[in-house]
Amino acid sequence: MRQQTFETIRAEEWEAFARQLDGADPASQEGAGTFARRYQSLARDLAVARSRGYSRRLVTRLNELVLRGHNRIYARRVGYGAAVREFVLAGFPIRVRSAWRFVLASSLLFAGSLVGMAVTVLVNPEWVYSVMSAEQAAALEAMYDPSASVIGRERASDSDFAMFGFYVMNNVGISFQLFASGLLLGLGSAFYLVFNGLHIGAAAGHMVNSGFTDTFSGFVAGHGPFELSAIVISGAAGLMLGYGLLAPGTMSRAASLQRAAREAVPLVLGAALMLLVAAFVEAFWSSISAIGTPVKHAVGAALWLLVLAYLVGAGRAGGSPADDTSGAAAEG
Amino acid sequence: MRNGPQSGPVLLEWPDEHGLRPQPLLNTPIRVSGVDTAFRVETPEGTDIDLHPAGFYARSLAFLIDESLRWSIILGTFAVTGLLGVFGRGLALIVFFLCYWLFGVAFEVLNDGMTPGKRYQGLQVVHGDGTPITLPASLLRNLLLWVDLLPVFYVAGIVTMSLSQHFRRLGDLAAGTLVVYRRQPAAVDTDPAAHATAAPPRVRLTEAEQRVLIDFLERADTLTEERRAELAGMVAVPLEVTDDDASRAVLALAGTLRGG
Repeated sequence: MRQQTFETIRAEEWEAFARQLDGADPASQEGAGTFARRYQSLARDLAVARSRGYSRRLVTRLNELVLRGHNRIYARRVGYGAAVREFVLAGFPIRVRSAWRFVLASSLLFAGSLVGMAVTVLVNPEWVYSVMSAEQAAALEAMYDPSASVIGRERASDSDFAMFGFYVMNNVGISFQLFASGLLLGLGSAFYLVFNGLHIGAAAGHMVNSGFTDTFSGFVAGHGPFELSAIVISGAAGLMLGYGLLAPGTMSRAASLQRAAREAVPLVLGAALMLLVAAFVEAFWSSISAIGTPVKHAVGAALWLLVLAYLVGAGRAGGSPADDTSGAAAEG
Repeated sequence: MRNGPQSGPVLLEWPDEHGLRPQPLLNTPIRVSGVDTAFRVETPEGTDIDLHPAGFYARSLAFLIDESLRWSIILGTFAVTGLLGVFGRGLALIVFFLCYWLFGVAFEVLNDGMTPGKRYQGLQVVHGDGTPITLPASLLRNLLLWVDLLPVFYVAGIVTMSLSQHFRRLGDLAAGTLVVYRRQPAAVDTDPAAHATAAPPRVRLTEAEQRVLIDFLERADTLTEERRAELAGMVAVPLEVTDDDASRAVLALAGTLRGG
C-alpha cells in the first residue's frame, strides 16, 4: 500500500486518538474502552509504517502518538494516603529487617567508633581536641552546663521552632549524605559513619569529664533513639549502594546498582522520617530544663524500647506480598 | 491496570518490580542507526517506540536555570523570613533543606518529570522504559545529585554523562531514568496536491531510495528554491529525469511514489 493511501485511510483514527490524548482523562468510563483499542491499533500502525519503510515524518508522528498513549496507559497512580500509612506501619520495618547485614555493619562502624572514642576521651581527656577545636569544646560545655537557662542550645534566644528547622536541615542532610556517599563504593558512607561516631563519642566523653553527665544524658535521651537509629539505617542504605557496585554477582554493574538502589531508597526515606521525629523531640522536649533528669532518662529508655520494638516487630503479621520479594536483594 | 496482584498500594514501587512486564532494568540499547541517538524501547504491544535522550549541553543549560531558581528561592526566603524574627529562622532552615535536596523531586513527580529548567529546554525525565517518573526513582536521582556535583562544578555528572550509553549521570544510572526530549519537532508536510502529476520512475529504486525521495518531498516547503534545485540536480541524472525544471520533476516522481 502506498504511503498516501495508508495515511488517508487511517487519518481519522489517528486524529480521534490525538483528541482523546489532549482532551478528557481517558480513564473516564466512556473513553477507556475506545482509548485502549485505539492505542493498540496505533501501535500496530506504527509497526506497519516502520516495516513498510514509510517516510520519517510519518513514522515520527506515529511514534509520538504511541509514546503519549503509552505514557497515559502505563502511568502509575499511587494512592498516597494509604501508601504512606502502609509504608510507615509495615513497609519500612520489613525492609530494615531484610537488610539486616548492612544494618549490622553500619551499627558496628558507628557504635564502635562512638564507644571507642568515648572511652578514649574518658581515659585521656585531651583526646577530645583531636576531633574538635577548643572553641567547639568550650561551646559544648556552655550548652550543657546545668546553670544554663536553656539546655543544649548555643543561644538562649533561639526559639524552639528555629531549632526544629535547624535540626531538620542538619540531621536529615547528614542522613542524605550518608546515603549518597555510598555511591563511592560504600567508602563514603563508612567514612561518615565513623566520623559522626567519633564526634558524638568525643562529645559524650567530654561531657562526662566536665561533670555535665546529667544534663547531657538528659538532653540526648529523648531524641537519641530516633536519631542514632536513623543514622545507622542511612549508613546501611549507603553501604548497600556501595555493595551493589562492588559485588554485582551475575548482573552487570549498572543493573546491580539499580537493584541495590531500589532496596536502599525506602531505608533512606524511613530514616528521614525518623529524623523528623527526632528533630521534633530535640527542639520541643529535650531542652526543657524544668523536667528532671530521671524523668528524661525514663522517657529515653521507653523510647528506645519503642524504636527497637518497632524495627524488630512491626509489619510481621502479613505485610503486602510486594515486600516479601525484597529480601533477595540483601543476598547480593 | 497496574495494581493487579498486590494487596494494596505500595508507596515505593518500581515499574517492573512484580515482573508484570518482561522489562530488563537497562533497556538493551538497540541503536537505531550509527548516527542517531534514539533509544528504542519495546512496548508490551510488541511495537518499538523511540526516545531521544538529551545530551550534556541541553541538560547543563537546564541545570543552570534550575540552580539559579533554587538559590533565588532560598535567598528570597532568607530575606523575607529575616523580617519574621526567630520563627522565620526555623522556617528559612526548613525551606533551605527542602529546596536543597528535594527541589527536583517536587517538580518531577508533580509536573510530569519537568523542572522549570528542563521545561524551558523541552526535556523530560522518564523511566528507562518510557513511563513517567515516579517518586522512588525521582527521590533517588535527586539525592544522588549530591554525588554528581563532586568534586566541583558537576564534574562527576558530566564525565558520567559523556561516558554512559545514553547521557545518564550517576543518579540516572542508579535510578534507571533517562532525560529525553519531550517532543520531536513536528515536521511540516508539503501539500501532496501540489505535486499531483503522475510521473512514474524510469529506474528501479530500492526501498531506502524511495524513502529518501519521499522525505525530500515532505521537506520541500522548508527548503529554498535554489536548495531544492540543487538537491534535485544531484539525483536528476541517476533518475533519468530530463526536464529542465529538475526539482519539479523529482518532486512529482516522489509524489507518485507516495501515492494518493
